[in-house]
Amino acid sequence: MIELAHLQILSAGLFAIGTYGVLARRSAVLILMSIELMLNAVNINLVGYAAFVDFDEATRSFGQVLVIFVITIAAAELALAIAIILRLYRNRSTVNVDEIDLMKW
Amino acid sequence: MGPTMIGQGTEASLLVDIVFWVLAVSAIVSAFAVVQIRDLFRAALFLIMTLLSIAGMFILLRAEFLAAVQVLIYVGAISVLIIFAILMTGDVEEGSPSHSMRIPVAILSTLFGALAIFVSVSTDWNLLEPAIAAGQVSADAVEGVYSNTIPVIAKLLIRDFVLVFEIASVLLLAAVIGALALIREG
Repeated sequence: MIELAHLQILSAGLFAIGTYGVLARRSAVLILMSIELMLNAVNINLVGYAAFVDFDEATRSFGQVLVIFVITIAAAELALAIAIILRLYRNRSTVNVDEIDLMKW
Repeated sequence: MGPTMIGQGTEASLLVDIVFWVLAVSAIVSAFAVVQIRDLFRAALFLIMTLLSIAGMFILLRAEFLAAVQVLIYVGAISVLIIFAILMTGDVEEGSPSHSMRIPVAILSTLFGALAIFVSVSTDWNLLEPAIAAGQVSADAVEGVYSNTIPVIAKLLIRDFVLVFEIASVLLLAAVIGALALIREG
């Protein structure tokens, strides 16, 4: 049977893979995709807590409500980030984050 | 103990186990492919695979509404936006090479994942299953919530967290206006 620990391990694994993607890859689009991976890892954790942890009667599905907010904010963040990336590509004709070093000292 | 916990007390318990492991392995392997594969377009397809596996996981965890939302928003909208961005920025063939710090970064993120696993496994969670076994929580009440979560979610969303709900809609509006202002010519 599924236990909370299985979900936590899966979630931590996905989060670590997402962290690696954010830190190790050059393309800004791929960094965005890794951020989506990390948000989804957190969502698995939240739904797992909603299913397995003993909450009050009134807030039994609170984790699922939190997931809805996370998805909303992920959508808003992605729309803005893609606008920024397209703008960046128009100005610098690259989306490689280590070539965008205007503010580096 | 009643059929309250996921996959327990039902004949389909083994099936639930098999589905869980298939979904978990496919999520992890596709996520690994997302960060490892050179071709950005294929990485986006693997990301869709991961998101679909997670939607299946939500169904296993009795969150059918969230599974539908996941498929509609992530697989339907967000992945299309990402593929759009990949095609617009036009370095599909060039791919996305990793930089020279990849080995230290891999060690760092592995350590971070191990730490997260250690902390979450060693924490003493206030689990539902022992509470039901001890009779502190009625199995029927829990079953009533999880057999149909949508009214419960709606009640929490519209009544208890209505301010957060409204702020989220304002945030979406602000994001849309901001994206339009950023992408506008001139």
